Amino acid sequence: MAAGSDSQSYARTPALGLRFVVFFVLSIVLLIVDHQQNHLDALRRAIGTALHPLRVVVDAPISAWQWFDETTTNFNDLQLENNRLKAERLLTNARLQRYAALEAENARLRAMLEATSRVRDRVRVAQIMSVNANPFRHSIVIDKGSRDGVYDGQAILDANGVLGQVIGTGAFSSEGLLISDPDHALPVEVNRNGLRTIARGTGEFDRLDLPFLPNNADIKEGDILVTSGLGGSFPAGYPVAVVESVQRLPAEPFAEVSARPSAALNQVREVMLVWSIAEEPGSEAENE
Amino acid sequence: MSNAFRARRLPVILTIVAAMMLAIVPLPGWAEPFRPDWVAITLIYWCLHMPRYFGVGSAWLVGIVLDVAQGTLLGQHALALSLIAFLTVKFHLQLRVFPLSQMAATVLALLAVYRFVLFWINGVAGVGAPLVAYWGPVLTGTLLWPVADFILRTIPRRRRPSG
Repeated sequence: MAAGSDSQSYARTPALGLRFVVFFVLSIVLLIVDHQQNHLDALRRAIGTALHPLRVVVDAPISAWQWFDETTTNFNDLQLENNRLKAERLLTNARLQRYAALEAENARLRAMLEATSRVRDRVRVAQIMSVNANPFRHSIVIDKGSRDGVYDGQAILDANGVLGQVIGTGAFSSEGLLISDPDHALPVEVNRNGLRTIARGTGEFDRLDLPFLPNNADIKEGDILVTSGLGGSFPAGYPVAVVESVQRLPAEPFAEVSARPSAALNQVREVMLVWSIAEEPGSEAENE
Repeated sequence: MSNAFRARRLPVILTIVAAMMLAIVPLPGWAEPFRPDWVAITLIYWCLHMPRYFGVGSAWLVGIVLDVAQGTLLGQHALALSLIAFLTVKFHLQLRVFPLSQMAATVLALLAVYRFVLFWINGVAGVGAPLVAYWGPVLTGTLLWPVADFILRTIPRRRRPSG
């Protein structure tokens, strides 16, 4: 190696180039294996679990500040917040009553049609521990792992809609991919007319693309998109986004449709994990 | 020997862990594209000053851990970090005598190489991303180099007698 001629006293330099080549090749092999198969998941999980204390330490000052903030809120503020929450609860309850009636009606109608019953979902609250730094990888780490029954592909929601899905589980924490990640696509349907399509992440927190809608599709601004459940991993019927703009381009085969996610993708700290209690085989997932 | 070896490694490991924590700490959305590559900066410093104890192999290991922490393909940061470690160690004798401004320019180039490797691997693997997101950290990382250099210099380390 030419590197050796620089400094004779520097005994390990001659091997430097060689060592770099070895690690270069090793990286490339790892990259290819990781990109194509899931053989390395165990390794990833092991390192991820080892990183858990680090995440706890990073999270500690933020949690401490929240705790401090909560314990030192003054009486007036608490009362104001209490009033606001009471009003909100009243409103939500009123809405729930209507929802309960609708659900009962729906079940009755479905029974008449002899269709499969809807799934009942079990949810559990988890905390976001960190948001991954990569701007081209919108993912989060939450504080529930395989020990709590979290599994790959599980849906993550916040109070307003779908946030993302679990893509890797460690023992104590797991990683979730947000719906705004450029790699994420989610089967949705338009709530108004049941039109099915795919919502794709764009890499921006406040925009999803609907790339596969023809120019004559019945879709307009303000339409609510909900999960269709057809992908198999998401439970059906949770709000995803609201259509923000529709541009019909006569020269192009598809319209340009973008939507704003209902969930506050970059603001929440608490998220909900959903366990769908399995329905009978032969359900919606097979329709496609 | 083994004891001295460990004593030299300890500050390196601690600062790398600290850099790793800075790399995963949550930032507000607008600041995210400008998060400096703390790990890469720390690594350049140690490759420059302790090339004997910290080189391509250590950089590669750190890269694998960073890959898991950031949820990227395994090997992506490992490849990028071992490349800049290789460059820094190879030219460490020249780089050590550089004045701060020239060194900052070198850091700019190294971080650009680092980001380019990440960009290239994402491109090959088909991970789409807004282009701007790649180059913000290069800028902030370069601007923060003097600060990082100053802080890391305060960490006591035993020099080899022969330099």
